[in-house]
Amino acid sequence: MITEPFEYHSPTTLEEAWQAMAETGADGKIVAGGHSLIPIMKLRLASPKYLIDIGRIEELRNIREEDGRIEIGALATHYQIEASDLLKRLCPLLPETASEIGDVQVRNKGTIGGSLAHADPAADWPAAILALEAEIEARSARGSRSIKAADYFLDLMTTALQPDEILTSIRVRAMPPHTGQAYLKLHHPASGYAMVGVAACVTLTESGAVAKAAVGLTGAGAKAVRAVAVEEVLSGKSPTNHKLDEAAAVAAQGLELNSDLYASAEYRGHLARVYTRRALAKAVERARGASSLQPVAVQG
Amino acid sequence: MAIAILGERIKRKEDPRLIQGRSHYVDDFKLDGMLHMAFARSIYAHARIKSVDVTAAEKMPGVMAVLTGADLKGKLGLVPCAAGMEGLKVPDHPCLAIDEVRYAGEPVAAVIATDRYLARDAAEKIEVDYEPLPVVVNPEKAIEPGSPLVHQKLGDNLAFVAKLEGGDWKAIEADTSLKVVKQRLVNQRLAPASMETRGVIASYSPGEDMLTVWSSTQIPHILKTQLAIMTGLDEARCRVIAPEVGGAFGSKLNVYGEEGVACFASRMLGKPVKWIEGRRENMLATIHGRDQINNVEIYVQPDGKVMGLKCWIIADLGAYHQLLTPAIPTLTALMILGCYNIPNVFVETKGVFTNKMATDAYRGAGRPEATYIIERIMDIAAREMNMDPAEFRMKNFPQPKEFPLALPTGVTYDTANYQKALKKLTKISGYAKLRREQEKLRKKGKYLGLGLSTYVEICAMGPSSRMPAGGWEFGSVRIDPTGKVTVLSGTSPHGQGEETTFAQIVAEGFGIPYDDVTVFHGDTGMVPLGIGTFGSRTTAVGGTAIHNAVEKLKKKMARIAAPKLEVKPGELIFESGKIQTKDGAKSVAFGDIVAEAIFAKQLPPGIEPGLAEQFVFEPPNYTFPFGAHLAVVEIDAETGEVKLRNYYAVDDCGRVLNPMLVDGQIHGGLAQGIGQALWEDHVYDENGQLLTGTLMDYAMPKAHQFPWFETSGMETRTPVNPLGVKGVGEAGTIGSTPAVVNAVVDALSQHGVRHVDMPLKPEKIWRILNQPMSA
Amino acid sequence: MADGKRALTGTVERREIPALKIRINLNGKWRDDDVEPRLLLVHYLRDVAGLTGTHIGCESSICGACTVLVNGDAVKACTMFAVQANGAEITTVEGLATNGKLHPLQQGFWEEHGLQCGFCTPGMIVAAHQLLKRNPHPTREEIRKGLQGNLCRCTGYQHIVKAVEWAVENKEQ
Repeated sequence: MITEPFEYHSPTTLEEAWQAMAETGADGKIVAGGHSLIPIMKLRLASPKYLIDIGRIEELRNIREEDGRIEIGALATHYQIEASDLLKRLCPLLPETASEIGDVQVRNKGTIGGSLAHADPAADWPAAILALEAEIEARSARGSRSIKAADYFLDLMTTALQPDEILTSIRVRAMPPHTGQAYLKLHHPASGYAMVGVAACVTLTESGAVAKAAVGLTGAGAKAVRAVAVEEVLSGKSPTNHKLDEAAAVAAQGLELNSDLYASAEYRGHLARVYTRRALAKAVERARGASSLQPVAVQG
Repeated sequence: MAIAILGERIKRKEDPRLIQGRSHYVDDFKLDGMLHMAFARSIYAHARIKSVDVTAAEKMPGVMAVLTGADLKGKLGLVPCAAGMEGLKVPDHPCLAIDEVRYAGEPVAAVIATDRYLARDAAEKIEVDYEPLPVVVNPEKAIEPGSPLVHQKLGDNLAFVAKLEGGDWKAIEADTSLKVVKQRLVNQRLAPASMETRGVIASYSPGEDMLTVWSSTQIPHILKTQLAIMTGLDEARCRVIAPEVGGAFGSKLNVYGEEGVACFASRMLGKPVKWIEGRRENMLATIHGRDQINNVEIYVQPDGKVMGLKCWIIADLGAYHQLLTPAIPTLTALMILGCYNIPNVFVETKGVFTNKMATDAYRGAGRPEATYIIERIMDIAAREMNMDPAEFRMKNFPQPKEFPLALPTGVTYDTANYQKALKKLTKISGYAKLRREQEKLRKKGKYLGLGLSTYVEICAMGPSSRMPAGGWEFGSVRIDPTGKVTVLSGTSPHGQGEETTFAQIVAEGFGIPYDDVTVFHGDTGMVPLGIGTFGSRTTAVGGTAIHNAVEKLKKKMARIAAPKLEVKPGELIFESGKIQTKDGAKSVAFGDIVAEAIFAKQLPPGIEPGLAEQFVFEPPNYTFPFGAHLAVVEIDAETGEVKLRNYYAVDDCGRVLNPMLVDGQIHGGLAQGIGQALWEDHVYDENGQLLTGTLMDYAMPKAHQFPWFETSGMETRTPVNPLGVKGVGEAGTIGSTPAVVNAVVDALSQHGVRHVDMPLKPEKIWRILNQPMSA
Repeated sequence: MADGKRALTGTVERREIPALKIRINLNGKWRDDDVEPRLLLVHYLRDVAGLTGTHIGCESSICGACTVLVNGDAVKACTMFAVQANGAEITTVEGLATNGKLHPLQQGFWEEHGLQCGFCTPGMIVAAHQLLKRNPHPTREEIRKGLQGNLCRCTGYQHIVKAVEWAVENKEQ
């Protein structure tokens, strides 16, 4: 499998990248880690005439925190996130999700920004991004804007990014006290993508009721979604097993579910319910375990 | 003291080059002026080719030639089929399609260009105008009247019907005390998917009129003969080299159209032409394995003794015959009785054309299907007879003293002790304890399943009377003046490690250091004769040829040494670098006799100078290794996910020459057999489009999916060859598939389940668990 | 020319895409090459640099036969363009042995029969190298997980796990 020929640009600043995008227009395509784009170029399903490699824009690579706001550069690799002590402390859902992506080599090279820009319906990040109510920073020569996760995924491999925009970072809040997070997925036996992946964030009140639940679901349909119905069932309620069952039961409600060789739509719906309940149960268990712990202040 | 070499865990001679990336697979060779070939392949499963327009491709940079079926017609022979069966329909199989394509992925045109990227670019520019034709992918539908025909000329889709019958069926059918247990079983299509795809370099030198071919093949000698026939060159002008081969599993026991086209193109252009198969091409257009539908029934006495077996096999052959396509399902019939001396047998096998890639030998080649049939139906019957599956099997095993045992299928099993293998297995696995654990878990609503499989397989292929291209093997042994030994084998191992085991045989035979022996294989220019590596034959047949050549040399050397030591030749043994009397009182150095023989100063009369002998070993029978496996599975009742928790295997492959290598063969076989049971499935849609065309879709097993395999061995030697070895290449695959399925069905039996077809995907299990109990 | 079929000259021009200069430190030595942008890193290593130890198995970043270290991290060279590696340090299987002495992982694969056909082996060894760098004492489970990105059709993986364990136990050899 060999791609069609293309010209290659390797800007080192955002300004240079924007200029290259302006010059190449619809014939240009941005690549970061390449693990979403290069495979489809090799199948000649995508054949950009110009490839703009933003991989050398160093400023997009950092993970940092300030006042409980965490910013993850678009070029942070899955492994960088998986191994980040800062994230393990402040937002463990991200490292946990990262650790479930592909394999070591893919995690070393693939980036969170590339994955989100590509928006594969079975990718892992979208579930976490939705559950964390992340904000996606998109910058263009016109300026920058912040896109709410809930507004970001439009359809199959379609996002709210405009053609002249570059996804530059993802912002999430540090996990509040009394919160537990979990990501669980059923791996596709060949590709390792999510047949269904569920990210759950649950914050409990002092009395142990659900102050807030947020659930992101990927792999089930054409795009990742927030399982709002599930969250509503739990809100303000004590997360008993029975309540979790009741909440999970509506996980696939209203979804148009995918069907493929490994899982029919009906089975996917069932998996969505089972994995939602399991992810919620794990998040609740962690929230209870964490209730006495405050997030540790970040050093340096 | 002699250093024991045979039977020892000895590190492989092959490895130093491989672990450093210094070995050469086909794609690692670069020849001066080498061109690269790429194919345009059919996007339809069945279509008439109205036109092939190559003008745009020809104008692409770097393009040296574009070839279509019309260009080759009458100038390059057809893809050969060696299976000679009575009444077999053999359709024309051109290297590039002519007028019609019959499976998705069939090569239609070839581009030869100066580099591989340019060849690919140009292949994309070939425009084929197709008129789609009706497609048939389901073999049962293909033999119904009115089905679309894969080959219009043949009149129907039935390539052959073969019957195998033995015993007295009238008596069985009249016996109303017999319980009849029936089951329909589907043995799904698989992709061999060796890690190295196929590849070939054809290099024709016009001056010398010499064609040299490097091919990733298991059968260099057969390939040489066939390429000579296809190209019309004298066979003496053809040389085939199988360099390092990155796995094959039967898929390279073949002659492929692409190999023919590469030779044609090289001859036409006078330059070397390389073709390296892409993985998508490999999934589409390298042979597939299995793909049978089996309707089996057995007749059981009230005491549990099985008196008869009938089976109707429908084998999906795909669109064309590759080298052995129609022969593979006949091996299923041959081995269908497994480890049980069932006195009455009837098997009808129908080979059916469909619009899919050809099936052919894939690890086990017909015998995994046989073992699956017998081991599944025995398990089902045991349950219906309310007997433990271990006890039921034990009841039907022949006694060790009954061997050699002639079966009504026409084969004669050499040696075995099935009882001992099963007893050993139940002991090491703690079978009784596992059954108690299962009971306990069932009470808690948990699903644990135990699956047994006791198998026998047919190896060391085989007597020439039963093998299309002969079943003998060639070996030669030469002692050089320095005392070092050069061994040539007509086999063509590709990962099995016979550079090591053959060196062990020779070192042990001569009593010399293992490091003094070098083994070569896979080059028809170096090795005069050969058949190849497949059917677990390499050590049992090829190793025996070498062993016998060593014995010939030893006799000669003893005749030279005897007068010097004033003893009879028969009194001498070879040990620790010496030729000596058994008591060691008289001896002469091995190297001294080598020098005598080669420098020929004082040879006894009647002895030719030199130390080089060859042997062609014709095996008098197949060998029949056997074993007993146990799989333990847990099922997630909520999702249907199956977890293979434990795996125990007792395998008896006859004499073990290198236990480490035997373990490796077993492990690899287990992974493939378990892969079939749980994950692998090569799927076409109803239009004949392959849905599992990449490793993103086709579920090859990964490291984390397996438990630790608890393997152990037994050694029941065979009298079929002097080494006593039986063969081990396919055992793991053959034994493991039914063990895993039996385990899953065992776990689900409380739901009244008697069978689930492979692969055991979670959704299937989930659906079963969500059905109302059926029994 | 045999068989009457006409051969072409192979000289037709097409849209010129400028070759790019790249500088890569390959197994400790810098080298400069002009490459077509679409040249995959794995083809650069094999066809341009002549290091054929890195193999191509699946072409879709599943099998890991093409695994090499880029700036110390294991990546799949079939899913990366050579131009993306400009300026990088790359280690292939050929670069693991030092002064003719096998790397403990290579030795482990030999000792424990961690390979059969050998085609997946270079990628497997490089991936194992990455694993041990991050986790010097992995459990069997962790070894299996760490090699999730590498397929082997021959060994059933068990001897590969043992080979990695051998390397862990014999690091100083």
